[in-house]
This record gives sequence, structure tokens and C-alpha cells, in this order.
Amino acid sequence: MPDTLPADSVGIVTPQTYHFDAPIDLACGQTLENYDLVVETYGILNADASNAVLICHALSGHHHAAGYHSAEDRKPGWWDSCIGPGKPIDTDRFFVVSLNNLGGCHGSTGPNSINPETGKPFGPEFPVITVGDWVKSQALLADRLGIQCWAAVVGGSLGGMQALQWSLDYPDRLRHAVVIASTPRLTAQNIAFNEVARQAITSDREFHEGRYYDFDTVPRRGLMLARMVGHITYLSDASMGEKFGRELRDQAYKFGYDAEFQVESYLRYQGERFSESFDANTYLLMTRALDYFDPAYEFGGDLSKALAAASCEYLVLSFSTDWRFTPARSEEMVNAMIAARRKVSYAEVDAPWGHDAFLIPTPRYTDIFNAYMDRVAREVGA
Amino acid sequence: MRPDLEIIQQWVQPGHHVLDLGCGDGTLLDFLQRERGASGFGLEINPEHITTCMGRGVAVIEQNLDTQGLGNFDDGSFDIVLMTQALQAVRRPDKVLDEMLRVGSEGIVTFPNFAHWRLRWGLTLSGRMPESEALPYKWYNTPNIRLCTFKDFEALCRQKGIRIKSRRVVDGQHQNSWLARLWPNLLGEIAIYRITRET
Repeated sequence: MPDTLPADSVGIVTPQTYHFDAPIDLACGQTLENYDLVVETYGILNADASNAVLICHALSGHHHAAGYHSAEDRKPGWWDSCIGPGKPIDTDRFFVVSLNNLGGCHGSTGPNSINPETGKPFGPEFPVITVGDWVKSQALLADRLGIQCWAAVVGGSLGGMQALQWSLDYPDRLRHAVVIASTPRLTAQNIAFNEVARQAITSDREFHEGRYYDFDTVPRRGLMLARMVGHITYLSDASMGEKFGRELRDQAYKFGYDAEFQVESYLRYQGERFSESFDANTYLLMTRALDYFDPAYEFGGDLSKALAAASCEYLVLSFSTDWRFTPARSEEMVNAMIAARRKVSYAEVDAPWGHDAFLIPTPRYTDIFNAYMDRVAREVGA
Repeated sequence: MRPDLEIIQQWVQPGHHVLDLGCGDGTLLDFLQRERGASGFGLEINPEHITTCMGRGVAVIEQNLDTQGLGNFDDGSFDIVLMTQALQAVRRPDKVLDEMLRVGSEGIVTFPNFAHWRLRWGLTLSGRMPESEALPYKWYNTPNIRLCTFKDFEALCRQKGIRIKSRRVVDGQHQNSWLARLWPNLLGEIAIYRITRET
């Protein structure tokens, strides 16, 4: 944390754990008897509970979206650039709810939690969770918080999928869905990258078929590789080129296979750091949730038919150099919304950072996000 | 409200689904939504205009007519397709007209008249490309690449089997003067056409 807290920071925040005793039925057919959700909130819920905004996190995200946990924290929450006083998701106006999703590894019940039936971590016994399951659990959290209708459900990437799913599953419980750098379904190429990541993890000797907790080890190498390959898909060729080019760590080639190029050591560093803080089973679960997401599936592949159930307004944003979920995928979604006569606004923001652009505040992105959320706030009297 | 928009809004009925091509800052759509009970979308490429639309609750899609067309809109999905002061700025106005009347049952088009006496006069006298309030650009940087006269437009409509339901001709201040009604192609600066497919 900087020595003095920036005026546009939500400041020091403390996560809270909500325990849910009622069993939740999941898409896979299994039931979780009880579970915890770890939640952070920023801002104040108004008297008629109309100013609540739900933040949905992406693959490796969690509840800590804004502010700092302590003065010693090096970095703020993952979406601090967009959440805070005077920021697009203005905590002076909105009550912001951010949770770690079911199956996560940051405190909410997931594969590394203790299975009450066995007294041991769930590991591979933890059910595969879908985007629909997440939305269902988020709706139960909304009940608990006294929120009948969100002013907006907002998310980037996998988080955007949750925002879209919300609009289909609980049409009368949100006014706006903000879907950023997302897609209505994964392409074969997207799934292929996920499969490489999963193979990296499950083929690690330390994986022990997902029971690595029992062996007091973690498939660190596999997780690192998974993150490395994932990370490449979050950046663009141009942004990688600008950051690293062909720069070497030393002056000359060493004619060996160690990390000689800067980009190699960067990826290794990112992968290593990630493998120390993320659970491998959660990574498998999150990538599978991505693969399975396809709300049009039950409607013969016609998303506009799925959208007939929706009634909220949409903001859809894409980024010009995002090749993971390209602008074309967002446009597919927008066209289905147009065909379903849903109210939707769309812009493709020019930004060089690939998929990661949704986390980086650029002038146009911030302007649009500000303008849209300002209008949402005015609409609910916040 | 701009007098031409004032004229257009009278043709929009409550419940109409409207597509506004080149919707600008969304003034017209905003008005139609709030005052006329219409719904719809605007297409725009100017980033500032897009942001303004979003801020005022106008559904706006960033879409370029020249490169993307209207292929993402279904046949007959709108009651009215509007295009105010943009026909002269698209690469193929003829194709845009076809597309307008494919996705909408009625089109409303406004554009500046290149046969207005002041432009004719200016060209005759100075031998230079005319500039006016409605056409304030230099020849080399103008977005208005497909200038035409009222007669040209009406000839194109005839050739395409497009029926002109009504035409209102106004001057530069968008006033509907009796002189402009008398000699539209000479004295009218801007025309507002209401068009539909010949049935």
C-alpha cells in the first residue's frame, strides 16, 4: 500500500465469510450440503437496497477486488482501477459486492476445503461447478444481503459470462448486465488451450489424481505450466513485443535451453508465483466451467432465443487486440441481443493489451464505463 | 430541438422500433424514447458520441456502415430506419438505401442539397468547390463524399422502385419556407424524405 491512501481507494477492507446451511443442487446432479462464500463489500447499501452492484470474477480472480487488506499489502484488489470513490463503479454511490466463487481457493468452499463427510479435503470429489451454479449461489448470497434486485451485475471474461447468465436465470433480479471482454461460448481453440492447461496439471507427478493434499504436496510444475500457457493468451503479440521484444537477460546467446530471453523468465516468474498461491483443482474446475458455458445450447444454438427470457439492459465491451475472446465473439452476443430486442450498447475499445485490457484503465474504456455506470446510478437514485 | 428532428419525430408512433444510422450523440433517439414511447438502437462510430449515448440511456452500437453494413439486422425488424445527414458520407448510398428498406418498413433520410442556389452560384462565380453552413469542409478533407441533389436522389429512388411517401424541404435554419417549397431543388438546403418499398 502507498504511504498515504489514495483518495479514490476504498481503503482497508476485511472479507467476511457467509455460511449457507441449505443444500444447493448443482448442474452436475450432485448436491453440496453446506458451503461458505467469502465476500467483500464496498460502499453503503441504500434504504431500498437498489444501489447494489455484483462483481463477478474471472478464472483466477477472487473476492478481493478493491482496496487493501492491510497497510503492508503491496498491491490493491484485482479491479481496484475500476472500483472506488469516483471510479466507474463508484463506491460513494453503489454498494459493491464481490465474492470468491464456489469451487474457488480463496476461502469459499472448494476442492481444498474439508469435506465434512470424510474429514479430508474434497480434492477430486468436489463437484464440477458451472456458471449457472455460481449465479444460483450468488442469488442466495443476494437474499442473505437483502438485495432483491441488483442495479448491475458486472464482470470481465468468465465474470462477464456470469453477468450474462444472471440476465437469463434471474431476469427480474438485475437492471443491467455489464459484459466485458467475454464470449457467449468458448471456441474449439479456447477449449484447446484449457485442455493443455489441464494436461499440464494432471500429468504432474505430484498431482496424485487430485489428492495431492493427502500427500502434503502440490503439482507446482503443472500449475506453473498451465498458468504460463494461459498467460500467453491474456496478452497480445504487440504488448508482449513491446514489453520484451527479443531482449536477452544477458548480452549473448548461451547456446543452451535455460531462460535466456526476458519473455521466458517473465513467464516462468508469473507461473511460479501463481503456482504458490492457487489451487490446482480449482484451476481445473474453473477451466471446465469456461468450457461448459453455452447458454444457447438448450435453444438449438440460438442465443437470441435464450435471451427471450431476459429483461435487463446490457453494456457489452470488447478490446481490439483481445484474441482470447475476440471482438467478434462480443458482437455475436450483441447481435443475438439485438435480434431478441434487448436494449444493448456495444463498443470495441482500441487497446493494445489483449484480453488483459479489461483490467487496465484506458481513457476510452474508463469514459464509457463511467458514463454507463453514472446512468445506472442515476436510474436507481444513487 | 432541431427543426428537422421536430419534423421527423411526428412520423414516429408510440411503440415503434427505430434504428438510427449515424445517431450522433443520441439526441433524437433519446427524445423518441422519452416523448414518443419508441424503442430502438443507434449506430455510431464517433467515440465521444457513443459515450454520450451510453450516458443518456440510448442503446448505441459501435458499427461502421461502410465496412460492416447492416447484415446483423434481420429483415423487417424495425418500423423506421432513420438516417439524418449521413447519406452523403457513406461509400455506397444506393446500397445503404436498399439495406434500410430491408431491415425497416419505412426509411427517413435527410441530406444537404448540392443544387442549392448558393452552391451553384459559388461554383459558377469562383470556380472553386462550394462551401456552406451545411457543407463546411474543404474538398480534400470532407466526410461528404457522395453529394447529390434532390433530383438525383429522387431519380435513384425511381430506379430502385422506392416510393417517396413525403418530402419536406427546409432551408439552412431548417425552416420550411414557401420559396423552398416552390423551387425545392434550387432553394431548398436540406430535404427530409420519408421512403418505403413500392408494394
